[in-house]
Amino acid sequence: MTLAEILAGLFPQGHSVTVRDGLVTGSGSFGQGNLLVVGVDGDTPLGVDGALILSRAVLDAVRAGDKAPILVVVDSDSQRMSRRDELLGLNEYLAHLAKALLLADRSAHPTIGLIYGHSAAGAFIATALATRILAALPGANPSVMDLPSVAKVTKLPLDTLREMAKSTPVFAPGLDNMVATGAVHVVLDPGQPLDGQIRDLIANLQPGDDRDRLGEERGGRPVARGISAAVIAQAGRG
Amino acid sequence: MAGAHAASTDPDALSWYEATARQRVVALADPGSFQEFLPPTERRMSPHLPLFDLPRAFDDGIVVGRAALDGKPVLVAAQEGRFMGGAFGEIHGAKLVGLLRAALTLKPAAVLILFDTGGVRLQEANAGETAIAETMRAIVDVRAAGIPVIGLIGGRAGCYGGGGLIAGTCSRLAVSEGGRISVSGPEVIETNKGAEEFDSRDRALVWRTMGGKHRRLIGGADAFCTDSVSAFREAALDLIGRAPAFDLATLEAEQARLESRIARFGDCRDATEIWARLGVNDSEAVPAMDTRAFDETVSRVREADHDAR
Repeated sequence: MTLAEILAGLFPQGHSVTVRDGLVTGSGSFGQGNLLVVGVDGDTPLGVDGALILSRAVLDAVRAGDKAPILVVVDSDSQRMSRRDELLGLNEYLAHLAKALLLADRSAHPTIGLIYGHSAAGAFIATALATRILAALPGANPSVMDLPSVAKVTKLPLDTLREMAKSTPVFAPGLDNMVATGAVHVVLDPGQPLDGQIRDLIANLQPGDDRDRLGEERGGRPVARGISAAVIAQAGRG
Repeated sequence: MAGAHAASTDPDALSWYEATARQRVVALADPGSFQEFLPPTERRMSPHLPLFDLPRAFDDGIVVGRAALDGKPVLVAAQEGRFMGGAFGEIHGAKLVGLLRAALTLKPAAVLILFDTGGVRLQEANAGETAIAETMRAIVDVRAAGIPVIGLIGGRAGCYGGGGLIAGTCSRLAVSEGGRISVSGPEVIETNKGAEEFDSRDRALVWRTMGGKHRRLIGGADAFCTDSVSAFREAALDLIGRAPAFDLATLEAEQARLESRIARFGDCRDATEIWARLGVNDSEAVPAMDTRAFDETVSRVREADHDAR
């Protein structure tokens, strides 16, 4: 699905969402109020400049105090890899964007991620993974690193990795594997109206962070939930 | 502590850079106060590394527990840069997430994170990436509950990838000369964009661009330490006492701070140009400055100190 198709499905009455240099901002009428849209389109890398444009839009919404839901749409590259970005402190910019989204969530704005294309590494963490619930459309391709690069770092043959990827979701790129780890909560049905599906997600938002529970249930992160629970239990003993 | 090891945990003598994660924690805390959760004796080891024929660690490369710092209760996590580059695997990340979640009920005086990480452990990439997102959410929850989260950065592996994003989520950061904070590492930039964009073998360039002094000067870190455990302890105590709140005002201030940084330095090619614009008289001399000279330089740079994090 393209961003234009997504927006048409969300806002049958029209919207003000624009894309500039791959950065998505705007809003549209949604149910009784507004839905704010921010994100990255067109496999664009996220650098210091882009992160600030998105965080500005999110903080403006928090200051407005209308508690409007925020949809973070993502078809991005990884973080922008450049000397300039790191010189300026890219880690602060990406963390700032994530913090803005987490603040919005704490300030009663439902935050929903929607990955419909690619995303990777720092860009993924600062956007889609900083929402309360992350949905995906079929065909989305989140990854930490592509398999050829994993082969380079791990010094394992690509064919071996491809074979391992079939049975081991924990390292391999792709939507199914991110669903299995619990990072992606739900895959939407492109055959059904999108606005209703997003509205249902908002209506059923759960408090807390249930990604490790999902990862355990789905088998993609078999031990994380138990480990964090064990730390909490030992910390609770005087 | 056996007598033979006493010298190696003397906080004044112990190099933060050279120390192991466990040595750092033990020497940082009040003597005898550190108590580890899921210690190595429990052998909580990665279920995934054997698939890659890689050795495992009994603690999966991170030490978590409780301690006292100047008599105050704190929770501490320390990454071990010597095991898989301190990278976030499933268990490694889950231990940090559990510690932060425990802070919400225990309400310690602070949570200290001793970063030493290359980022996500690629053999467990999806689990590591998700754990980083969970960690950032948990840090925000802890900060919003009024508990400072302090990052200490001065280890061999630096603080790269998702580690850099977690660091940017903390209330305050202390860094030493050897500490590097960055998202993309030098090799990653060079592999993807070529040596003309970033020559990873140019170590001076790496330190100027990502190192502790540059981060301190531009306000990317809040304290600069000599490479000793006692210096990090002193910095941690100071930073706990002046941690910013996590609220809209803080993030609005950070937005303005980061916008101003791009407006003022966005056209700079090298850190020395930024330092000169910050008013550092002899910017070429910064890399060689000792801590006292550097602290004096920092004290004249307005951008270095702020509550906008």
